[in-house]
Amino acid sequence: MDGVVSYRKRRGVEAFMLGFSILLAMAGYLLTHLNRDASLPPLWPVALITLGGVGVGLHLVIRWRIPYADPLILPLVMLLNGLGLAMIHRLDLDDLKAPHSAELQLTWLFVAAAACIAVIVFLRDYRVLQRYPYLLFLAGMTLLMLPMVPGLGKEKNGAQIWIQLGNYSFQPAELAKLVLTIAFASYLVEKREVLALAGGRVLGLDLPRPRDLGPILVMWLVSLAVLVFQKDLGTSLLFFGLFVVMLYVATEKPSWPILGTAMFGAGAFGAYLMFGHVQTRVSAWLDPFSNYDRNYQVIQAQFGIAWGGIFGTGWGLGRPDITPLPKTDFIAAALGEEIGITGLITIVMIYAVIVARAFRAALGAKDPFGKLLAAGLGFVFAIQVFAIIGGVTRLLPLTGLTTPFMSQGGSSLVTNWIMIGLLLVITHQVRRPAAVVAAMPMASLEGDTTELIDVSPLMATPRPAAPPELLIPEGSPDDQTGQLPTIDADQPTGPIPATGPISTSDETAEIARPDQDEATTWDATDTEVRP
Amino acid sequence: MNRPIRGVAVVSLLMMLALMLNLSVAYVAQTDYFYNRPENRRVTDARFGQDRGAIMVGNTPIAKSSEVSDRFLFQRSYPSGELYAPVTGYYAYLYGASGLEGSYSAELAGQDNSQFLSRLINLASGARPKGGTVETTISAKAQKAAWKALDGRKGAVVAIDYKTGAIKALVTSPSYDPNKLATHDLVDSTKAWNQLTTDADKPMANRATKEIYPPGSTFKLVTTAAALENGASPEDSIDGSSYKLPGSTKVINACAGGKITLAQALKVSCNPAFARLGVAVGDAALREQAEKFGFGSKYLPEIGSAASRFPDELDPAQTAMSAIGEFEVAASPLQMAMVSAAIANDGVAMEPYLVQRVLDSDLRVVSQTSPRKRTQAVSATTAGQLKQMMVQVVEGGTGYRAQIPGVTVGGKTGTANSDNKRRPYAWFTAWADDPSVAVCVFVEDAEMASSEIAGGRVSAPIAKAVIEALR
Repeated sequence: MDGVVSYRKRRGVEAFMLGFSILLAMAGYLLTHLNRDASLPPLWPVALITLGGVGVGLHLVIRWRIPYADPLILPLVMLLNGLGLAMIHRLDLDDLKAPHSAELQLTWLFVAAAACIAVIVFLRDYRVLQRYPYLLFLAGMTLLMLPMVPGLGKEKNGAQIWIQLGNYSFQPAELAKLVLTIAFASYLVEKREVLALAGGRVLGLDLPRPRDLGPILVMWLVSLAVLVFQKDLGTSLLFFGLFVVMLYVATEKPSWPILGTAMFGAGAFGAYLMFGHVQTRVSAWLDPFSNYDRNYQVIQAQFGIAWGGIFGTGWGLGRPDITPLPKTDFIAAALGEEIGITGLITIVMIYAVIVARAFRAALGAKDPFGKLLAAGLGFVFAIQVFAIIGGVTRLLPLTGLTTPFMSQGGSSLVTNWIMIGLLLVITHQVRRPAAVVAAMPMASLEGDTTELIDVSPLMATPRPAAPPELLIPEGSPDDQTGQLPTIDADQPTGPIPATGPISTSDETAEIARPDQDEATTWDATDTEVRP
Repeated sequence: MNRPIRGVAVVSLLMMLALMLNLSVAYVAQTDYFYNRPENRRVTDARFGQDRGAIMVGNTPIAKSSEVSDRFLFQRSYPSGELYAPVTGYYAYLYGASGLEGSYSAELAGQDNSQFLSRLINLASGARPKGGTVETTISAKAQKAAWKALDGRKGAVVAIDYKTGAIKALVTSPSYDPNKLATHDLVDSTKAWNQLTTDADKPMANRATKEIYPPGSTFKLVTTAAALENGASPEDSIDGSSYKLPGSTKVINACAGGKITLAQALKVSCNPAFARLGVAVGDAALREQAEKFGFGSKYLPEIGSAASRFPDELDPAQTAMSAIGEFEVAASPLQMAMVSAAIANDGVAMEPYLVQRVLDSDLRVVSQTSPRKRTQAVSATTAGQLKQMMVQVVEGGTGYRAQIPGVTVGGKTGTANSDNKRRPYAWFTAWADDPSVAVCVFVEDAEMASSEIAGGRVSAPIAKAVIEALR
C-alpha cells in the first residue's frame, strides 16, 4: 500500500478533547460566579450534565455513523459554543431585560446538535446535495433578498439583514450561506471546465471568455444590492467572496479572484461615493469619535477591549454590558474585555484551526464536489470570523454578521452546526480507508497525489475509464457500519451509497438531473461529453 | 484543484493573522488613548469606585471611603457633611468632584506621581491599591464654634493663623450635605443636585472664598494703611463733619461736630473722615494698598476663590465712596481676614493654605506645605500703628463685643448697606495676639435694621467665639 495515507479513527482523542472543551467552558461559567458571588452557581451540575450530554451525544453519533471524521472539529466547535454560552450567561447577570438568554441559547444548541446529528445520520453521502444546483441557487438568492422585501425586512443596528415573522426575527443570510455554498459547489462542479477556458490575455493573465462572465456578474450585482439596500458590507463580502473563491478553486484560474477582487473593490468604492449610509459606516470605522452618539456601540467595544487589556478583567469582572448588543454582534468585544486580548486571539486561533481542518478535508477529498464544498465551508467560516471580529475590533467597517457558534441567535447556531455536520461527513469520507479499491492495480497508477485511495480513477482527468466491473464494490468494507446500498435505497432522497465508487461510469449520463438515481455524477466534470 | 485550495487556505489564515495582529497592536498601543477619553465610563467608574484616602481635620476624617457591596465597591461619606462642605467639596458620580476632593483627587486615589513608589509596592505585593490621606489645617474646634455662632444665618467665617497662613476655620452658611450628592443611588443624587442648584439660598455657594461683597467699613483698614504708608499718623486730625461728595449731590452724614484724630475716626468708624482721607491719598494709592493686601489676586487654589476687587479709574466721588468700602469695592471674607492677618503679622502677608500634609497609604509623607511669605503689605511701623488702632476699636469702639479677657484683640466692624432694599451686610475682621489668629466674620443677612454698628453687634461675637475656641 505504498503511497496510501491511512488515517486512524482517533475517536479517543476526540473524546478526550471534548471533555477538555467542556471543562474550559464550565470554567468560564463557574469563574463568573466565583468572581461575582464567591460561590458556585447552584445549577452547575445541571449545566455540566447538559453540555456534557450534547457533547457525548454528538460524539457517540460520530462513532456510530462516521467514525473516521476529523477528531478536532467537534471539540473545537464545542469549545467555542461553550465559551459563547458561558459569556451569554455572564451577560444575563447584568441584563435585567433578558436574564435568560443563555437558557434559550442552550435550547437552540439542542436543536442545532439535533440538526447536526440528522446530517450525520441521514447524509453520509453528501453527494446527493449536488443534484439541485439551480434550485438551491434560487432558494439561496431568495433568502438573501428576503430582508429587502418591504414589510418583511427589518433594520437592526443599521443593517437590514433581518426578517420579522410575528415576533420571531430571523437572519436569512445565515441559512443562505449554507444553501448557496452547496449551490455554488454543485454548479461549479458542472461548469468548471467551461469556466476554465481562457479568453483573451491581458497583462499576463488569462481572462475568462466574456460569455462566461454571466454568473460572476449576477453575484456581483446581488452583492452590491446587499451592500446598498441591506447596508451590510459583511454579508456582501461573504457571498461575493465565497463565490469568487469557489470559482477559483473550481477553475484553478487566478484571473477569477483578481477579476472578482477588482469588481468588488470598484463596486464598494462606487457605493461609498453614492450612498450616505455607506459613508457613515466607513467614517464610523476610520474615526469613530467623530460622532460619539452615532458610533456609541463600536466606541464602547473599543473601550471594553482596552479595559480588558492583555489578560482581561476576568470572568464576570468587566463591564461588557455597557456595549449595546453584547450577546450577539459584540460578543467578541465582551470576550475580549473579560478574557483579554490573549483570550480573543486564542478564539481566533480556534477558528483558524477549524478553517484549516476544512481546507485539509478539501485537499483530501476525492471528488470535486467534496473538494469544493469543504473549501467553501472553510472559507465561509474564515470570512465570517474575519468580517465580524474585524468589524468589532475596527480592522474593517462594522458588519452585522454573527460570530459563529458564539453569538446568541438560533438561526445562526443551527446553520453553523449543520455546516459542521456536513464538514464532518466530508472528513469521514476523506479519511476512511478504502481497502477494497486501494488494493486494485488501477489505484497505484493514480499515485500522483498522496490521498488517492479509492475513487481516484474516477476523478482523474479524462483517460480511458477503468473497466466498469473493477469499480463495482465486492462488498461492504470493514469499517462500514453496515451501510449497504440496499439499506440506503429506501431513503426518500434516493441517496448514493457512500461505499466508494459504485459508479457505472456511464459517462454520457445527464448531469445533475433530479430524476437520476445512481451516482452518475462522480466524474461528470471530468468529461465534457454532453448530450 | 489542490493548488487553488492551498492558496485560499493561505489567504484565510492570513485573514486570521490580520485579526490577531490588529488586536495586539491596536489595543496594546492605544490603551492609554482609550483610557483618557472622557467618554470612557469604565475608567471613570473604576476611578469613582476606588478606595480613596481620607481628608482629615486633626485626627478625625471629614471625608472617607468605606466598602459597600454595589458596583462601585466604595462609598464616599462625610461625617460632618454640612460643616466641612466648603473644604471637602463633594465626590459624586454624576457631578464630578469639587473642593479638596477635586483638587487632591489623584492623591486621594493614590494615583499621583508622588505616590508612585507605594503603587509599585502594592502592585508587587498584590495588595489592593489604596489612596493617600490629606491632612487639612482646619481646627475642628474653631470650625464648630464658627458654625454654631453663625447659627444658620447666611454668612461665612474665615480664620487664619497669621504667622503661617494656615486656614484654621472656613465656614459658609447655609451649607449642603455632600453625602446626598455622593450617594450611589443616582436618582437621589440627581434630586439632591437639582434641589441644591435651584435653592434661592444658594447653599452650594462658598461665601467664604468664592463670593465677593462690599466690605463696608472694614475697608477703612486699607484706607488707613494707605494713609499711614503715605506719611500720615494716627494722631493726624481729620474733618468728621458731613461731607458732600465732590461733583455730586450725595452727602455723607457727619459723625462728629468737627475734627477728630485718625485713630478716633477708626474707633467710631467715621464715614466722612475716611471719605475725605480717601480723596486725599487718591485712588491710585488706595488701589496699590488694596493690591498689597491681596485684592485682585486669587488664593487657595485647592478650593478656589474669587479675586477681591478695587475698581479702576475712579473720580473723586467714587474714590470717596470706595474709601469707605462702598461703590464697586468688593471683597471675600477670606480677603478681609487676610487684611487683619497681614496687620497682625507686622505687615507680612502670608500665603494662605488649607492642606498641611499629604500622606500615602502607608502614612509616608509625600508632601508638606511650608509657610510662605506673600508680600510685605505694610511696613512694620504702619502695622504696629494699625494694630494699636484696631485694639482701640475693640476696647472702646464699635467692636467691643469681641473683647476677651486676657487676650489682646484688635478688630474693625463694617456694615455695608449701600443698597437700601436689602438688609445690611455685617462684617467684622479681627486678630488676636494669643492664639495668633486673624478672623473675618461676614453675615449676609443681619436680620436687623440698617445701622452703623451691625458689624459690631452681629459679627463681633462670632469672631470672639472662634478666637476663644482656638485658645
